[in-house]
Amino acid sequence: MAGKTLYDKLWESHIVKQRDDGTALIYIDRHLLHEVTTPQAFEGLRLAGRKPWRIDANIATPDHNVPTTPRTGPIEDPISRIQVQTLDDNCDEYGILEFKMKDIRQGIVHVIGPEQGATLPGTTIVCGDSHTATHGAFGALAHGIGTSEVEHVLATQCLIQRKMKNMAVRINGPVKPGVTAKDIILHIIGVIGTAGGTGHAIEFCGEGIENLSIEGRMTVCNMAIEGGARSGMVAVDEKTIEYFKGRPYAPKGEMWDRAVAYWRTLKSDPDAVFDTEVNIDGADIKPMVSWGTSPEMVVTIDQALPDPEKEADPVKADGMRRAYKYMGLKPGITMADVVPDRVFIGSCTNARIEDLRAAAAVIKGRSVSPKVKQAMVVPGSGLVKQQAEKEGIDKLFLAAGFEWREPGCSMCLAMNADRLGDGEHCASTSNRNFEGRQGHGGRTHLVSPAMAVAAAIAGKFVDVRDF
Amino acid sequence: MQKYTVESGIVAPMDRANVDTDQIIPKQFLKSIKRSGFGPNLFDEWRYLDIGQPGQDCSKRPLNPEFVLNAPRYKGASILLARRNFGCGSSREHAPWALLDYGFRTVIAPSFADIFFNNCFQNGILPIQLSEKIIDTLFEHVHANEGYSLTVNLEEQVVLSPEGDRYPFEVDPFRKHCLLNGLDDIGLTLVDADAIRAYELRKRQETPWLFDVIR
Repeated sequence: MAGKTLYDKLWESHIVKQRDDGTALIYIDRHLLHEVTTPQAFEGLRLAGRKPWRIDANIATPDHNVPTTPRTGPIEDPISRIQVQTLDDNCDEYGILEFKMKDIRQGIVHVIGPEQGATLPGTTIVCGDSHTATHGAFGALAHGIGTSEVEHVLATQCLIQRKMKNMAVRINGPVKPGVTAKDIILHIIGVIGTAGGTGHAIEFCGEGIENLSIEGRMTVCNMAIEGGARSGMVAVDEKTIEYFKGRPYAPKGEMWDRAVAYWRTLKSDPDAVFDTEVNIDGADIKPMVSWGTSPEMVVTIDQALPDPEKEADPVKADGMRRAYKYMGLKPGITMADVVPDRVFIGSCTNARIEDLRAAAAVIKGRSVSPKVKQAMVVPGSGLVKQQAEKEGIDKLFLAAGFEWREPGCSMCLAMNADRLGDGEHCASTSNRNFEGRQGHGGRTHLVSPAMAVAAAIAGKFVDVRDF
Repeated sequence: MQKYTVESGIVAPMDRANVDTDQIIPKQFLKSIKRSGFGPNLFDEWRYLDIGQPGQDCSKRPLNPEFVLNAPRYKGASILLARRNFGCGSSREHAPWALLDYGFRTVIAPSFADIFFNNCFQNGILPIQLSEKIIDTLFEHVHANEGYSLTVNLEEQVVLSPEGDRYPFEVDPFRKHCLLNGLDDIGLTLVDADAIRAYELRKRQETPWLFDVIR
């Protein structure tokens, strides 16, 4: 019999009941909640006369709607204010741990879970947010769910699921210096396409992934959904274990030793078989930029934008034509011809301390180009912000002309006041370049934090390795 | 949840691939704390010429005449015909809520994004996967015939066309059972409450560090 994949192991250890129809009742260890996808779930619970099954499996924070300007008063937008208040009220009513807007521990839900040690290896983690795959970086089974399933988890601590297929995406050999986790995942999506991982749980592996820091692995897993997979994951190694030492909700003392012994088993067996395997040579990956309205529309700086007339697949060609029209770009040009009107460094993809360090390191005393209207940095959590300030990173950004903001999802999805104007191009470290994602008519170009800073300073997209 | 048995209706064509949930329902409408009322904002950015705001009276807004759902021939459509990877992106269940509120009970496409696909079943919407070739044929029929309608029989797992074609489709037996009977998932899971408690008891021994810590 073939060995087991990491996903097989995580799946099997969480089966409460295998049903005859092929579905299984899967136990959920951790449930992260934010203000946007939970109000209807709590309401549903109340209408049915039910209560949360297990309070200590939940952790909440408002992130999508919160302003990133100083939080002296209440949220200005009355509708956002009600939504955040609703989360506060629901958590207070049931005694769910919540880091409220003015708590230093508040932040993007996918940043605070690991930061607090609420996310742990070997767990199942869900959240009403598609970027929940982020937590897979720790050898956990994590994925996004809709609000009905949020209610289901609240009420039963379980989900009814059918096992997904196994997919391995292997980065063979190291990547070249100056190539980051963001470039790796954008390259992967460019190769497999936005539906390449549909129906699969992806395990990212190979030397290019093993060499990444834990935070880099989070960036890669974060965007599994942009490759079509609900879950992305990386096997546990010493870096994973080291990461959790001393985290508030991580085990301690004798319990720590027991946990570590278990965590070390969380990797695919050498003879495990995957349904789908993708092999990528690490040396082929370069800094990437997205040019279109789908995360698979990516190029390197020196690459000409593709010609839809040369695309054999008519559906794909149609998508490219629409993207060119929306983005105001033409085939044949390069991204070096594009001026970013705004620059956004933030989001659950790239707003952790290492991202901010990598971004700040590119500044080298230079300033944001006068061609750029606004460049903002939005740390992923209050604690990330605090750490960055301790290291003087905020001063480097401020001196270069960047804005230094309060933590939240911010311009990744523009639910708060941070957004693009009609037709504006943005160098963004976020995860989606969909039409209107960062504001009505806004044009997103997905890049790494280092590439975003380089674009801000140069006033055009450049290869950060030449910068 | 509303039962889904046999549904007939006008087909509206959404002739583009990778329609994401940000397009199906833009972010500003996600600020609502209700499950209903999203229909007028379905495909808001494509459907109207102005920028929509939550709580606005949409009947007075300027419509985009080029957007397919604004064409009179597709008024009252209840089946959406779409292209590959429909519903990709954000997990927002507001997307199926908006489709349902608008009147769609069926979406037919060559492929769907996983989370959206799952969210549909939770709301009495049936996502049907048919081959790209059949989808191409259906697009041709819809474009050529005003008022083109299809009938979906979930029990028999077949789409019936006015030309007399029968297109069989696959559906998860559990999801089918829930749709046919309008069943609530949570109620079904709670039947196994003892199994859940037994699992927790076992896990408290095996992985005690996961219990009673977050509070």
